[in-house]
Amino acid sequence: MVQVEFLGPIQKEPLKLDITNLNELAKILQQDESMREWLENSAVAINDTLVSSRDVELKDGDRVALLPPVCGG
Amino acid sequence: MLYLYDGPLDVATILKEWYEQELTSNCGAYSSFVGTVRSEDNIEGLSFDIYEPILNSWFDAWQKKAAAKGAIIKMAHSRGDVMLHESSYIAAVFSPKRRVALEFIDEFVEDFKASAPIWKYDLRGGKRVYALDRSTAIKGSGLLK
Repeated sequence: MVQVEFLGPIQKEPLKLDITNLNELAKILQQDESMREWLENSAVAINDTLVSSRDVELKDGDRVALLPPVCGG
Repeated sequence: MLYLYDGPLDVATILKEWYEQELTSNCGAYSSFVGTVRSEDNIEGLSFDIYEPILNSWFDAWQKKAAAKGAIIKMAHSRGDVMLHESSYIAAVFSPKRRVALEFIDEFVEDFKASAPIWKYDLRGGKRVYALDRSTAIKGSGLLK
């Protein structure tokens, strides 16, 4: 299973999904209307490393995080 | 070094501690930036969430970049609530000569604003309101849209 976490202001509980890549995750999250805006403006990290392509294989135990727009300081 | 605190920063103490830590590092320059919460749009203060694993790796990359030029970067940030006229952020660069410190503090603070995984909320009526309009999407965002 892959754990999916929603960071910062995204009000969504973590998910445990049986998926093998980010395309499958995108399809699942696109069905959730409350995620529409967050999918537009969030970055994605796998096991705490930001990724720039969906072309990544996910393995059992991997953690995916969605990071919405930031503003420290 | 990266320092995270619950609530506002004790700026005078932190800047003094950092100064003392590097007294014998033979750095000729110590350049700092302090971010303080100011009154605007009737907010009562700001509040912050931090995702530490990615913040740590982002900061480590900057430390390596600084070390390649003989410089040292330090940063402190608040978690949770910081009220008006309190401070939530300090960045500092120590370097042998001034130019490196002055350039690094500028680049570092700008990249911090654009990339560090920290989320800001306005405090209004005791509630946290995400400051989306002042936030920046991390490079590569929209991958799952």
